[in-house]
Amino acid sequence: MTRDDASLRRFLHGLPGVDQVGADARAATLATRSIKTTAKAWAIDTAISMVDLTTLEGADTPGKVRSLCAKAVRPDPGSDAPPVAAVCVYPDLVETAVTALRGSSVGVASVATAFPSGRAALATKLHDVRDAVAAGATEIDMVIDRGAFLAGKYLQVFEEIVATKEAACGAGSGVHLKVILETGELVTLDNVRRASWLALLAGGDFIKTSTGKVNPAARPPVALVMLEAARDYRDATGELRGVKLAGGIRTSKEAVRYLVMVNEVAGDEWLDPKLFRFGASSLLNDLLQQRHKLATGAYDGPDYVTVD
Amino acid sequence: MNRFEYAPAPESRDIARLKPSYQIFVDGRFRDGTGEAIKTINPADESPLAEVAEAGPSDVEDAVRAARRAFGAWSTLPGRERGKYLFRIARGIQERARELAVLESLDNGKPIRESRDVDVPTAAAHFFYYAGWADKLGYAGFGPNPRPVGAAGQIIPWNFPLLMAAWKIAPALACGNTVVLKPAETTPLTALVLAEIIAEADLPPGVVNVLAGGPAIGEAIVEQAATGAIDKIAFTGSTDVGKIIQRRLAGTSARLSLELGGKAANIVFDDAPLDQAVEGIVNGIFFNQGQVCCAGSRLLVQESVADELVASLQRRLGTLRVGDPLDKNTDVGAINSAAQLAKIRELADAGVAEGATRWSPPCDLPERGYWFVPTVFTDVSQAHRIAQEEIFGPVLSVLTFRTPDEAIAKANNTPYGLSAGVWTEKGSRILSMASRLRAGVVWANTFNRFDPTSPFGGYKESGFGREGGRHGLEAYLDV
Repeated sequence: MTRDDASLRRFLHGLPGVDQVGADARAATLATRSIKTTAKAWAIDTAISMVDLTTLEGADTPGKVRSLCAKAVRPDPGSDAPPVAAVCVYPDLVETAVTALRGSSVGVASVATAFPSGRAALATKLHDVRDAVAAGATEIDMVIDRGAFLAGKYLQVFEEIVATKEAACGAGSGVHLKVILETGELVTLDNVRRASWLALLAGGDFIKTSTGKVNPAARPPVALVMLEAARDYRDATGELRGVKLAGGIRTSKEAVRYLVMVNEVAGDEWLDPKLFRFGASSLLNDLLQQRHKLATGAYDGPDYVTVD
Repeated sequence: MNRFEYAPAPESRDIARLKPSYQIFVDGRFRDGTGEAIKTINPADESPLAEVAEAGPSDVEDAVRAARRAFGAWSTLPGRERGKYLFRIARGIQERARELAVLESLDNGKPIRESRDVDVPTAAAHFFYYAGWADKLGYAGFGPNPRPVGAAGQIIPWNFPLLMAAWKIAPALACGNTVVLKPAETTPLTALVLAEIIAEADLPPGVVNVLAGGPAIGEAIVEQAATGAIDKIAFTGSTDVGKIIQRRLAGTSARLSLELGGKAANIVFDDAPLDQAVEGIVNGIFFNQGQVCCAGSRLLVQESVADELVASLQRRLGTLRVGDPLDKNTDVGAINSAAQLAKIRELADAGVAEGATRWSPPCDLPERGYWFVPTVFTDVSQAHRIAQEEIFGPVLSVLTFRTPDEAIAKANNTPYGLSAGVWTEKGSRILSMASRLRAGVVWANTFNRFDPTSPFGGYKESGFGREGGRHGLEAYLDV
C-alpha cells in the first residue's frame, strides 16, 4: 500500500470515517469517570512518570535546561515521586541536557526537522536530526509536512518520515522517533486518523498530537482517535506503538482523564511511559501539588513545589 | 504495574433524603392512600427503601373530581401565567437535581451517571420547553385558539419514572389540562417528590394529582375515562396493557395516546464510522440496562463488516462496569424487579435453546439484588424469539444483511415500529433509509438521544400519538 501515492491514498481514504459528534460524546462520557483515593494516587504517579518535561522557547539557556533536568530526575526532593520520562529541548541544547542527565533514567528528547513549522528542505531537516542524535538525543520529535498532507501528497509525507527515521536510528542507535501530526492544523478527525496511520506505517514509534505552538493542541477527541489508531495498528500488525499528547495539558484532572481514556480505549498495556507520554511543562507542578494533597489532606499551594 | 483499578466512588445515599413513608397527592394535599401500604425496594440489594400508602378506588374518584374542578380555572388562565408555573417546576427540579438523581437510582436501579446526566436534566428540560409553548399555542399550527382536552389520566412505566412523569405532565399543563398521574408500582418515589416540587410551586389544588398504586389503580383511572369522568388517557408501557386500554376505551369519547413496546433495528452499513457505531450500539441496548422501549435491541450489520464490528463490540463490552448503581463509575446497574429479571432470563434461555450463540463479558455480579450481565447473541435469525419479542433487558441480538433492501425488509419485519438507527457516512443513504423504515424515530449515526424539542412516538404496535416537540402539544389539544 505504500508503493505509490495512489495505493497509499486508497488505503488511507478507505479507513472507517470518524463521526465527530460521536467522538466528542465518547470523550465527554469518559471524562465523567470519578477517580478517587487509591486510584487517584496511582494515576498521579503514573502520570508523573509519563511526563516529557519540555522547554521550547527562543529564550532557553543552558542554565534553564540544567535546572529543568534536575527537576526531571527528582521532581519533588524529599518525597518518593518518580522521575519523569524525558526532558524535551531544541537540538542545540541536547548536549547540555545529556550532560545534566548522565546516570539517570530520564531520556533526552529533541524536537527536530525545522520544528515547529517543518518548512525547510528535507536535507536541512535531516541535518537537524543528525545533529540532535550526534549530541546524544535518545528520542526525536519530528513534525510532518502538514502542507503536503493537506494537499494529499501522502507519499511525500510518508517518505519524509521514513527518511527521518533512517537519519535518527540508521546506525541502530535505538533512538525513538515521535511523529508530530499537529492536529490543530489537520482540523478534522478523519485527517487525524489518516495521519496517524500514515505515521505508524512509516515507522514512527510514537504519534504525537501537537508542537504546542498551535491552538488547539491536545484535545480529548483527538486523543481518542489517536489511541484508537494505535490500538487498531496493534490488532493489524501485532506491534505496539506509543501516543504522546502535547500542548495545553496543565492540570492533574486533565491528565487523569486522559489516563482513563488510555485505559478504556487502547487498553492497559498503554499505561506505560514506553507507550504513552504527556508533553508538558506546568502539568508536573500541578501533579506534585495534587500528590501533596493526597498525602496530607490539604493543598499547600504553588510555593511548595519548585519553579524552574 | 499497569493496572488502573478505579476505587469505589459512590454517591451518598443521604442525598436522596429518603423518608420512611410517602403519601399520595390529591387536590393539592398529601395524604395516605386508602389502599394498602406497600414497601418499595432497592433493586440493587433488595432492601426496603420506604413505605408508600397506595391509592384505593375512592382516592381515584377524589383525584378525578379534583382534576375536573380545577380544570375550569386552570384552562382559562392566560398561557403566560400557566407558563410561569411550569418554569417554576422546571427550576424546582434543577434545584433538587442531585436528590432526585440519587432517589431515582435507589428506586429504579439505574446508574447514577444516567439519572444524573440524562433523566433529571431532561425532565427539567421538558418543563422548560413546554413552559415556552404555554403562551404560544395559537401559533403552534392548531388554529388561533386551540382548546385543551380536559382532565387527563396518565399512566407511566418504571424505566424512566421521573422523566416519563415530566413527558406527560409538562405538555398537558402547558395546554391547560389537568392531570391524574399514576407512576409504576415499583418506582413511585421520584413522582411523589415531583409532587412536592409541584406543591412548592403553588400550583392550584387539583391541577396535578399523583396516585401511587398497581394495575388495579391504573384500571380504575381508565374506567373513569370510559365513563366520561376524564377526557383522555395517556399510557406508556407494554403493548399488552395498551391493547387492553384501547379495547376498553373503544366506542367512548375518551381520547387515547399510547407509547408501547419496541424492537428497534440498529442498522450498520459497511461505510459506517465503526468506532462511533460501537458506542451507539452500546448506548442503544445497554443504556438503562436495556429497559428502554426504543432500545436498539436488534443489531443489523452488513455482512462484510460483521466480524470486525462484533469483535470491536465485544472488546468494548469488556470495559463496561456493572454494579452498584450509586457508584459514579457504574455503566450498567440493576434490573428493576424480580419479575422483569425472570422475563429477561426466560427469553435469553429461549435464545440459547433456539440455537443462537450467547456471549457475555467476564464480570462479577453482586450476590443480592436483580442483576443480568450484558449479553450479545450472534447467529440470530429472524425466526428466533429474541429477534421478534421485546426483551426489555441488556440483551442484544445480532443479525446480518447484504443489501439495503434486505436491511429494510428485516428491520420492518416486526409488529413494532418505535425507533431505528442508521449508521453510514453516506448522507443520501441515511435519507433513503429513514424514509423507508417504519419507525417513529430514526436516529442517524447516533442512538437513544432525547430532546424535548423532538417528537417521539411509534407506528403499528408501538402505539400512536407523539410526545415532545410541537407535535407533543397535539395530544393535549382539542384539534
